[in-house]
Amino acid sequence: MSLARATGLILAKELRVELRSRELLSTTLVFVLLVLVLFSFTFDPTAAEARRFGPGLLWLALLFAGSLMLQPSFVREQTNDTLSALRMAPIEPFAVLLGKLVANACYLFFVELILLPIFAALYNLAILPVLGRLLLVLLLGTIGLATTGTVFSAITAQARLRELLLPLLLFPIVAPLLIASSEATVGLLSTQPYLDRVWLVFLLVFDVVFLTAAWLFGEYIFEE
Amino acid sequence: MSTTGFSVQFANIEKRFGMRLALRGVSISISPGEFVALVGANGSGKTTLLRIAALLMRPSGGSIKIGGEDSETLPAIRARCGMVSHATLLYDELTAQENLQFFAKLYDLPHAYEICAAALERVGLSTRARDLVRTFSRGMRQRLSLARAMMTGPRLLLLDEPATGLDPEGQAWLGSEAARLHLEGCTILMSTHGRNEVQSAVTRAVRLDAGLVAEDSHEGGAIRDILSRSGPEE
Amino acid sequence: MALTTKSNLATSTFWTLLTYTLLALAGYAALFVAPTEKTMGVIQRIFYFHVPSFWTAFIAIFTTTFGSIAYLATRKNKWDWIAVSSAELAAAFLTVGLVTGPIWAKPVWGVWWAWDARTTSTFVLWAMYVSYLLLRTLVDEPERRALLSAVVAIFACLDVPLVYFSIWWFRTQHPQPVIGDGGYLDPQMWRVLLYCWGALVALFLLLVRQGYRLERLRAEADGLRMEVERRAL
Repeated sequence: MSLARATGLILAKELRVELRSRELLSTTLVFVLLVLVLFSFTFDPTAAEARRFGPGLLWLALLFAGSLMLQPSFVREQTNDTLSALRMAPIEPFAVLLGKLVANACYLFFVELILLPIFAALYNLAILPVLGRLLLVLLLGTIGLATTGTVFSAITAQARLRELLLPLLLFPIVAPLLIASSEATVGLLSTQPYLDRVWLVFLLVFDVVFLTAAWLFGEYIFEE
Repeated sequence: MSTTGFSVQFANIEKRFGMRLALRGVSISISPGEFVALVGANGSGKTTLLRIAALLMRPSGGSIKIGGEDSETLPAIRARCGMVSHATLLYDELTAQENLQFFAKLYDLPHAYEICAAALERVGLSTRARDLVRTFSRGMRQRLSLARAMMTGPRLLLLDEPATGLDPEGQAWLGSEAARLHLEGCTILMSTHGRNEVQSAVTRAVRLDAGLVAEDSHEGGAIRDILSRSGPEE
Repeated sequence: MALTTKSNLATSTFWTLLTYTLLALAGYAALFVAPTEKTMGVIQRIFYFHVPSFWTAFIAIFTTTFGSIAYLATRKNKWDWIAVSSAELAAAFLTVGLVTGPIWAKPVWGVWWAWDARTTSTFVLWAMYVSYLLLRTLVDEPERRALLSAVVAIFACLDVPLVYFSIWWFRTQHPQPVIGDGGYLDPQMWRVLLYCWGALVALFLLLVRQGYRLERLRAEADGLRMEVERRAL
């Protein structure tokens, strides 16, 4: 069975499970919203400040939300040991990781789509003129976060204090992603919108590097 | 398509967990079609041995061959191995039917829909096909778990204390299902505490004690005796 | 593998003394042999340990990554032992670099900390390796621990160039007054700098060896305990 088909099957299962309970999506959404609103309490930005700092706050909020949501996504496979069932199946081991990864990316992206208009309203930002390019940046950033996040949540699922350990491991690794995404977003939201090619390519490189690393080394994580 | 079971060769299997040696050199040679009851007290290594047979766990030492192959990753072999353990290996948020269909497609079974329906019928869960597994009792979950394992037409079936938590009727049902599969030629390796529902169908009994083979009915000793001498229950 | 024999003890004592001598000489060189810097004065001398600490940390990071890959390929414990000793030293040398930075910066530039490209990147690296070490304390089973930390170490190493580039490009877009050594170095200063680096590398090699032996002895002790258990049956 091809990797694509196996991943597709696992992805479909993931989405179906999540759509039934909607627990991850709803809690993540509310959390990011809360964080954004709380940020806005702590300072009252001028228009220029909002354009300059807003994107960073959005990405920070997403990072926090991601680190909270990624762990339960993996622990779900531990409750009934369905992970063993997946590992026994005659599929490429990477499909298990990839399926989860794509599902996590979908959840995050879905949350971002809902948050974007709210974020724009809270901080008075003009997102419509640059919507296409903004979504591209969001997509690339989300893929990077989902890739590293899924791999690391698989790792921390086997350690103690996993909820605390995941952010500790993840945040330094995604620091470059945070910088690139925020900066690219700032560029798009400035008075003369532009998409910094350097950051765009950087995001692409980040995604490719870590997807490849996940493919090469991912199966070692599940070994018993 | 042959329906004879796989042979399983454990050669000097060792498994270390940090400082603890769960298996200390277990060598068992299982021929195709045997129905082996694995008994022993808790901590004797039964679950570890089964997980190694399921290719979920890598031994620290020694080797395992399934169907004559050093079967690390051969998908063809993995596709015909099934396992039922005390975890259900099922998704609570999916229906019985969805669970089976997911695994049927994952195992690339032809006519997945029909196979799933037949498997549900065989374990008596057809009426609950569209109910979430979350609503099932322990007995029903075990049945579904067995349906999932059987559905792929396994030539090696691994059962890890499958009767745990089942009422006597459930245990009897499990015993008859296992016996039926054995008659169909499947190799079965079943761990049990010894309170045994399938005494008549079992062809061999092996007792593990602290990670070593203590008794093997193939080397003397009646199956019945070994089964009853399985050690203290927890 | 034998326990410490007399000749082992002699060899390791020799290397330890040699390393300490090299370090003492390096300290002397930094304090007295190197010419005094024109603008910054005596405090600049910390530079002779501040910069080589980073260079040595990179050697440590490279060693950890190499050890991790080797462990995944061979599953021989010695690679895991090398990886973890090296990682500890990477964190240690990065800490030295991060601490000496402010000590140098405050008298000279008036600020304890500047979010300049190099310091920020180093801080992120430091966080990565500290969390690697934390992961190791939170996984009990040795084989699992070695596997998981090997994967983390590889990911961390892959991230290093990404961290440096992203922060450097960010600083290029948002420049701030330059902090840190200028480009030019007097040849005598270069000599002292390289010499100090050599001493730190010697220290690294010594400590990596010690850490490796400690891990090996621990594993041997566990092995002996298991052997006793096995024989007791």
